[in-house]
Amino acid sequence: MPFITRLFIKTALFCLVVALLCGLLIGLQPLLDMPLWLVGLTPVYFHLFMVGWVTQIIVGVAYWMFPKQSKANPRGSDTLAWITYVLLNSGLLLRTIAEPARIVQTGQLWGWLLAASALLQWVGGLAFVANTWPRIKER
Amino acid sequence: MPRLSVWFIRTALLYLACGFSLGGLLLWNKGLPIHPDIWRLLPAHMEFLLLGWTLQLVIGVAYWILPRFRSERSKSELVWLTFGLLNVGIWFVAIGGFMRALPLVQLTGRLLETAAIVAFVIHAWLRVKPAGQ
Repeated sequence: MPFITRLFIKTALFCLVVALLCGLLIGLQPLLDMPLWLVGLTPVYFHLFMVGWVTQIIVGVAYWMFPKQSKANPRGSDTLAWITYVLLNSGLLLRTIAEPARIVQTGQLWGWLLAASALLQWVGGLAFVANTWPRIKER
Repeated sequence: MPRLSVWFIRTALLYLACGFSLGGLLLWNKGLPIHPDIWRLLPAHMEFLLLGWTLQLVIGVAYWILPRFRSERSKSELVWLTFGLLNVGIWFVAIGGFMRALPLVQLTGRLLETAAIVAFVIHAWLRVKPAGQ
């Protein structure tokens, strides 16, 4: 299994655990009268689950398992794969911080961090599409 | 990879690109507001990524990988039907969600998606079998 695939899958597993912990905290918030900013974790929960876990494990396994692009370049661009990993995860991290923070703190910083998160995840997703497209071919 | 899987997986990748683009716009708008109507794209964002990307990728890979009968993938016409119905259904739901005054459009989309999945399940059920059968 290539190193970056191992990294994608282990990071995906980590995101799965964090997502479910967020879900747990969201569920506990009204029962235990916990801080209101926890409500800001709802979109974080969804996106850590769908982007951090589901999409990321697909990306990792697809990079490993999809048909070879060519003999010389079987898995496409390693650079694009690394770009996907770094941008997706840094975008998710920014969102995890900024979403709950903007509930308790006013100020434009958190808005800018969300915008940066949007841009990072978007480019990361497109990098994966660009790197994978040539490998989807009829045999 | 069979041709039908190529169609499914390439289409799934296109939905990933579209869904991430809509999601990026929605999240940017959340942080640095551009226009309130951008929120009307949320149903399309969800539909593109849940059904267009995730489900369609799974179907494409499953059609490729599930055990075959000898060298055949029987009832493949059902899976072509799945492809057509699912993708038309996704756009009905996305457009219906954007044009909030048209709930019947979303309902039609859901019916098409359901029919698509029933067709795929009929195809796939028998392929889930132990080795050697």
